[in-house]
Amino acid sequence: MLKFDEMYAQLTPQGTGQSQSQGGQSQSQGSGQGVRPHYEAYAKWLAGQPDTVMRSRRDEAEMIFRRVGITFAVYGAKDEDGSGTERLIPFDLIPRIIPAHEWRSMEKGLVQRVTALNRFIHDVYHDQEILKAGVVPREQIEGNAQFRPEMMGVDVPNGIYSHISGIDIVRAPDAQGKGEYYVLEDNLRVPSGVSYMLENRKMMMRLFPELFSQNRVAPVAHYPDLLLETLRASAPATTAEPTVVVLTPGMYNSAYFEHAFLAQQMGVELVEGQDLFVKDSFVYMRTTRGPKRVDVIYRRVDDDFLDPQVFRPTSTLGCAGLMDAYRAGHVAICNAVGTGVADDKSIYPYVPKMIEFYLGEKPILNNVPTYMCRNPDDLKYVMANLKDLVVKEVHGAGGYGMLVGPAATKAEIEDFGKAVLANPTGYIAQPTLSLSSCPTYVESGIAPRHIDLRPFVLSGQSVQMVPGGLTRVALKEGSLVVNSSQGGGTKDTWILEI
Amino acid sequence: MLSRTADHLFWMSRYTERAENTARMLNVNYETSLLPQSATETEAGWKGLLSISELLPSYTSLHGEINARSVMEFMVSDEDNPSSIISCLRAARENARAVRGTLTTEVWETQNQTWLEVNRMLKTGEFERDPGKFFEWVKFRSHLSRGVTVGTMLMDEALYFMRLGTFLERADNTARLVDVKFHAVENEFMGASSEHEQEYDFYHWSAILRSVSGFEIYRKVYRDVIKPERVAELLILRPDMPRSLHASLNEVVNNLGLVASDQSSDTLRHAGRLRADLQFARIDEILATGLHAFLTQFLDRVNALGGRISRDFLVPSVG
Repeated sequence: MLKFDEMYAQLTPQGTGQSQSQGGQSQSQGSGQGVRPHYEAYAKWLAGQPDTVMRSRRDEAEMIFRRVGITFAVYGAKDEDGSGTERLIPFDLIPRIIPAHEWRSMEKGLVQRVTALNRFIHDVYHDQEILKAGVVPREQIEGNAQFRPEMMGVDVPNGIYSHISGIDIVRAPDAQGKGEYYVLEDNLRVPSGVSYMLENRKMMMRLFPELFSQNRVAPVAHYPDLLLETLRASAPATTAEPTVVVLTPGMYNSAYFEHAFLAQQMGVELVEGQDLFVKDSFVYMRTTRGPKRVDVIYRRVDDDFLDPQVFRPTSTLGCAGLMDAYRAGHVAICNAVGTGVADDKSIYPYVPKMIEFYLGEKPILNNVPTYMCRNPDDLKYVMANLKDLVVKEVHGAGGYGMLVGPAATKAEIEDFGKAVLANPTGYIAQPTLSLSSCPTYVESGIAPRHIDLRPFVLSGQSVQMVPGGLTRVALKEGSLVVNSSQGGGTKDTWILEI
Repeated sequence: MLSRTADHLFWMSRYTERAENTARMLNVNYETSLLPQSATETEAGWKGLLSISELLPSYTSLHGEINARSVMEFMVSDEDNPSSIISCLRAARENARAVRGTLTTEVWETQNQTWLEVNRMLKTGEFERDPGKFFEWVKFRSHLSRGVTVGTMLMDEALYFMRLGTFLERADNTARLVDVKFHAVENEFMGASSEHEQEYDFYHWSAILRSVSGFEIYRKVYRDVIKPERVAELLILRPDMPRSLHASLNEVVNNLGLVASDQSSDTLRHAGRLRADLQFARIDEILATGLHAFLTQFLDRVNALGGRISRDFLVPSVG
């Protein structure tokens, strides 16, 4: 499956998964032929780097990440000495490079897609034109656990629901064997990872400043600025000088570093549920000088935990009365409550149709062809072809609850098949894409590993983003799962003018 | 600023200061134990150290017999002992991590680095190989933490709450040290009869001074042989001795004034009164009425002050 690489036009078969670095001069040889044009300068530079230098840079990077405390917590995990649960996300030194012209078209596609998704969510919680038109089946929405009836008829500023959208994109060969980008998944609830995008770039510039003087890499460091602008633009009309806060579940959450990082970079307070309270339908935070009103909440807490009076009654992560203040239009919640109805895997197949329905445009970005097991014909096909397909739970996330047919054992396939048959509406299936790979440092040297890309799209007064996004890499040989909870790593992502 | 943020900052500093003071006392006891002395004297030293932190009962139930090795282990690396150095450094780091966005990068990285290093040192046996060096290191990290705070933090509430934590903790720790060390000398501290006792006394008092970096200061201030009442005066009443009760209370009052709000005027009054009691006291009067009683009352009042600060700023019950 490792035959579609980002750096090389062609990978030589014996080059897969094995080290090519002998004596430090031949690192990038033997792993493939025909360096693709946008990688030429980098590949040449890499070939000139002694192995020992790259190794010491890797150690340096790890040391810095630890000292800075750029870690994530793994639920229930223990280190070998039984103490810490803080892990580093492995950072790979070799950047993932995308030529600027490809990015420009991807960016257009992202603006289009996210715009349509926001229109869709607004529609679902208002007139439901798209359901009336029969484009999306009504039961797909109303039977969806992520559909929040509490949001019906609620108007949100600018009609924007998903202020921060993480769109997962992969590159794979199309029918003609030509590289093409596909959207794998839309993340419209609380997408994470943007801090790694920023820290990875900082690290690369620190370790290899010369690369950035030799190459025209588009900068990303202004992301927190755009984010703050987006959040302020989403403030309710009740104030001219909105107070923005980031709401975190707390320091034991796996993405705590990111919450603290973004709050600090934007210069706003990082609050926990216990810091907030609602009085007369306004939200306040407890400060050393008494209560202070809060206007915009960038929440990194799921809907279910936001307000114990409306959602999960046992939750202490949110704030009682928050929904009341929200519906009164006294506070903005970003992303809005109920966005999950649009990023569910069972809704994903309809996104191209949404784009046509709301915008009257042809979709710029491709969807991966998807079989919905709820359709009897699709189910029949899926059951007959489990070994070739990727089957996903509709509500699964984080790389859990999925079957990668070609990599699974017979028993695993059988078990998963039974689960699908027991609850067909709970599953979708997609052909196993030959996800592109990128040269990556592994134990034995440099080897190709599968990657994806998550750009972060911001919707406020306008839809904007910084060039690129977070590239995740599956460090296990042959693995297609890039999630950090499943042993994935990250790379710096370069949008390169060539 | 958020009350919870202020709370974390306050406790981060308190735990850092506590770790430092624990290291100071352990170091002096460790060095004293290297001098020729009777088994009873050695044991009394370690026992006193445990009573300073009110840990004698929990130590005894765990280890029984008092010996240097077990006490040091208990006070340094026992994660179940909330007052051990490792526990204090963990708590300091956890508090820092909870508000890392409020700290400057340098302050956070100093805290985090300390935590990573102490784990490494304990794991690799560096502490057992050279306890003195380890204690010096803990002290040094605390100096660094304080220095990087003053040197890089914006001079606003965040800094003031951190300073408040440092000096409230220091006032508490110094008071405990003085109390226990003076208590340890049974024959009051006036009449040293035999030559051995005189020598013992010298080391006893100079150890106390060294544990608060006060040996050279004593010589400079008094230009005299070491006398217990002067040691007490230095550690309690001298406003220019940085680890004295009076100096600590000065800082508490200053920083409290800087964060003052409508609801805190009563707290400021209490702090001011406590400071005034030190400012206008005389050591002979304190000794005449009883040092132990004086210090017990002082500790109670410092404790009450901490409670008030908590109620006014850190864990307010509004809303």
